[in-house]
Amino acid sequence: MSVAGLLGQVFAIVFALALAPLLTGWVNQCRAWLQNRSAPPLLQPYYMLHKLFNKDVVLAHGASPLFRFAPYALFGCMMLACAIIPSLSTDLPLAPAADALALVGVFGLARVFISLAAMDIGTSFGSLGGRREMLVGFLAEPALLIVIFTVALIAQSTSVATIVETLAHREFVIYPSIAFAGIAFTMVSFAENARVPVDNPATHLELTMIHEAMILEYSGRHLALIEWAASLKLYAYSCLGLALFFPWGIAERDNFMALVAAIPILLAKLLIGGFLVALIETINAKMRIFRAPEFLGTAFLLAVLGMLVNLLLESRV
Amino acid sequence: MPSLLTIDFLLIAAGAWLGVGLLGLAVPRNSRFISSVLFPLGALVGLFVGGYALNALGQAPQTAVLAIGLPNLPFHLRLDSLAAIFLLLLGIVAAGISIYAAGYFRHDHGIPLGLLCLEYHIFLASMLMVLLADDAYAFMVAWETMALSSFFLVTTDHRHEAIRRAGYLYLLIAHVGAIAILLSFGVMTSGSGDYSFAGMRAQTLSPFWASIAFLLALFGFGAKAGLLPVHVWLPEAHPAAPSPVSALMSGVMLKTAIYGLLRVSFDLLGTPLWWWGVVALAVGLVTALFGVLYATVQSDMKRLLAYSSIENIGLIAVGIGLTLIFHAYKMEGLAALALTAVFYHCIAHAGFKSLLFLCTGSVLHATKERSLGKLGGLIHRMPWVAWLALVGVLAGAGLPPLSGFISEWLLLQGFLFSPGLPHPWLNMLVPVAAAAVVLVAAMAGFAMVKFYGIIFLGQMREPALKDAHDAGPWERLGLAWLTMLTLLLGVLPVTVILQLDAATRQLLGKGLAERVSEQGWWMLAPISPDRASYEPLVFLAVIAVSLLLGGWVVKRLYHGRLRRTPAWDCGYHFQGPRAQDTAEGFSQPIRRIFEPMFRMERHFPSIRDSKPYFEVKIEDHFWHWLYLPVARIAGRISTLITNLQGGRIAVYLMYSFLTLILLILVARP
Repeated sequence: MSVAGLLGQVFAIVFALALAPLLTGWVNQCRAWLQNRSAPPLLQPYYMLHKLFNKDVVLAHGASPLFRFAPYALFGCMMLACAIIPSLSTDLPLAPAADALALVGVFGLARVFISLAAMDIGTSFGSLGGRREMLVGFLAEPALLIVIFTVALIAQSTSVATIVETLAHREFVIYPSIAFAGIAFTMVSFAENARVPVDNPATHLELTMIHEAMILEYSGRHLALIEWAASLKLYAYSCLGLALFFPWGIAERDNFMALVAAIPILLAKLLIGGFLVALIETINAKMRIFRAPEFLGTAFLLAVLGMLVNLLLESRV
Repeated sequence: MPSLLTIDFLLIAAGAWLGVGLLGLAVPRNSRFISSVLFPLGALVGLFVGGYALNALGQAPQTAVLAIGLPNLPFHLRLDSLAAIFLLLLGIVAAGISIYAAGYFRHDHGIPLGLLCLEYHIFLASMLMVLLADDAYAFMVAWETMALSSFFLVTTDHRHEAIRRAGYLYLLIAHVGAIAILLSFGVMTSGSGDYSFAGMRAQTLSPFWASIAFLLALFGFGAKAGLLPVHVWLPEAHPAAPSPVSALMSGVMLKTAIYGLLRVSFDLLGTPLWWWGVVALAVGLVTALFGVLYATVQSDMKRLLAYSSIENIGLIAVGIGLTLIFHAYKMEGLAALALTAVFYHCIAHAGFKSLLFLCTGSVLHATKERSLGKLGGLIHRMPWVAWLALVGVLAGAGLPPLSGFISEWLLLQGFLFSPGLPHPWLNMLVPVAAAAVVLVAAMAGFAMVKFYGIIFLGQMREPALKDAHDAGPWERLGLAWLTMLTLLLGVLPVTVILQLDAATRQLLGKGLAERVSEQGWWMLAPISPDRASYEPLVFLAVIAVSLLLGGWVVKRLYHGRLRRTPAWDCGYHFQGPRAQDTAEGFSQPIRRIFEPMFRMERHFPSIRDSKPYFEVKIEDHFWHWLYLPVARIAGRISTLITNLQGGRIAVYLMYSFLTLILLILVARP
């Protein structure tokens, strides 16, 4: 473990914490433009966090300690996810702590905590949101894992950093397996981040919401942490997608200049990626909840197809 | 006098369990003595068993001969590393359950406690003997004792019709399985008449007969473990039994069946054929998917856990299948990886599932209620049980950093290597099976959230729940012991794997130890750190630090103010407990998506009903497709046979006469 690596690690975490709400703000802004609305300020999510942190927590009478603990657990899980995903550099001292499979586990842990918290007060919307979240989760998780399996088979490793290094060093050819996996990953990340075809982050229409239904009872700093964690999750998924499918520009070991260069490259990628997210959200309609299995089933099949294509056509003999 | 070996101490422990049981029978009325002295004593013996088993790991096999049984046919016993792993599991899990039982059986009136104490400890001793047996005779005697004692434990509350039926079903399937196991042993002796395991090892069977023996063993042990299609007894027997017994059956007894399967397929049969692995893998996958799917739709908390046990046994069978495939192709390193996952999952499941079953016991005692639809909000009344159950639930959902995650992680790593298999289509299909494993793990999360959320969270669905009390000190101790086991298995994988290594090495000739111990004790990297690594402690520490730091910074920078008000719920004020999701409501998406997998009977009221009710009944397809037809055929055959019974003594005497004539004709020297 080198000092540079340690610095890079700390920097990656701070960068994620600082930048994640900005990404959310950017996606919201793009969406507003695309929908012919006047856009909120880019820094709106920060104002929002500041406002929520200032407010008192209004806690329901029936809330148990689990309810108060869950936002912190969620936040901690997302911090870990952001710490091990190579956004700027693959030289992360924390990376061996969790490989790609454990990364999926982190997201699972966060999901279980927030779903349990949603059921804690005992309101009808809370449990409705909780069960829908778990539904989307168990449909999305296998697809996500098969995507990871595909890239892990290519890289012969499940360590995210190693996968990214291997993929970045391959010659630039469009591999069919990677293409399938990329589409599947995009679909999964829309579902996991409560984005439009599956859920709508802006909705408060009771019958359609998933994520919002779960956090209805939260307020004050708890809500702020949940919102921040949601931004971090979007950031983590974006960085993971960018690192897996567009791995160029990510710094490697002992390369300080590359680390400096990686910052504008990441920013540019996120700018484009955020715009694409807003575009996809705008041109799609939200699906009924029972269409979600079809959507995620398609993602799963694409991912399996990607893996089979890799085994059939691209096997390294 | 020769010094005592470990195996002798284990036999003494078995004797001690028997003695404790008999003592209980001697003072059947003194329930105080039984619960506060005898059960803790049994727990102590369990600790000894665990300790000696740990000591025996990696040592040379020890043998002993017990001169009981038939003349010239004594019990042969042997203690090797494979047996030691399962003895360790038996010892430590039984210790926790017995401690818990000391508190649990204190208040239960109407149960003949002396008899129960005897059956319970015979059950423990017989499981120990199953694991030590070294000939088919001793094995079958112990196996049957185990089945019978657990049958009596299941039917403890035999006044209820449903419980008697559950017990009957259990006994029936246990015996169908036992016959298959006996036949499998018979095939393995290949007519030599030597029923000792050493004799079976020495035989080399033709591939055909070896396959027959394997399939019989898979069926026979599968019947005990709960593999499809002989799983139906599990969701009936587990809810019927008292909770410590359910915990013992699900946590430990199912694992003795896994032990038997491992013993036969790796030790007694020699080199396996590759397609055995495929069969085990397929059966395991189907079982796991079936189990988890049914677990999500249950409304009875113990049935839910029983189906979840079926799921976990399925995952273990998947691991065994993968090991067999790798082993058949002489890829011993990978086989060792998969087998380690099997062992790990056995121990992890024993820990967290016993914990959860015991938690349901406490809930049952506190509320007299097993139906999820009448529980809720118990975290306020039973904080101890609720928080300890949370650990079990997270482990059961296969989430890091707890025990269930490690075994799934190892298993998935094994799957990732299967493209290296030298078989044209196997190397492609096996990775796809990993997708099903992941689906199972993710759905287990759904089932566990349902289990926990509906029992412990939300508002109390019944007014009587206000009087629920938390578990007593003995119960807490038992729960805490199993929780600790689950936590330690989750954060110290390397330490555990180094212990498991002796058994892996014994079965495959190769273990994971060298590569695992190359890294520090904190880092699990079964192949190489570049390939895959997982550091549960760092994982936990990062989450904990960011969690604490986040909370501290926020409170320092801003404030920590908090107000209590009624719940908001979009401004809707009439929020009674009945507006919450029921157990059925929670699983509605699953029922809808996987509708063809269930046999459902639904009743919806019409608007004119004076007493409207909703009902949904979910049944197992296997009942109607497999069991009822078989039962009908059996019924018809027995009706035919009753024709023999005319009720006249002359006719019966003629039967005897004819039989005698026939025997003389056939058995002429």
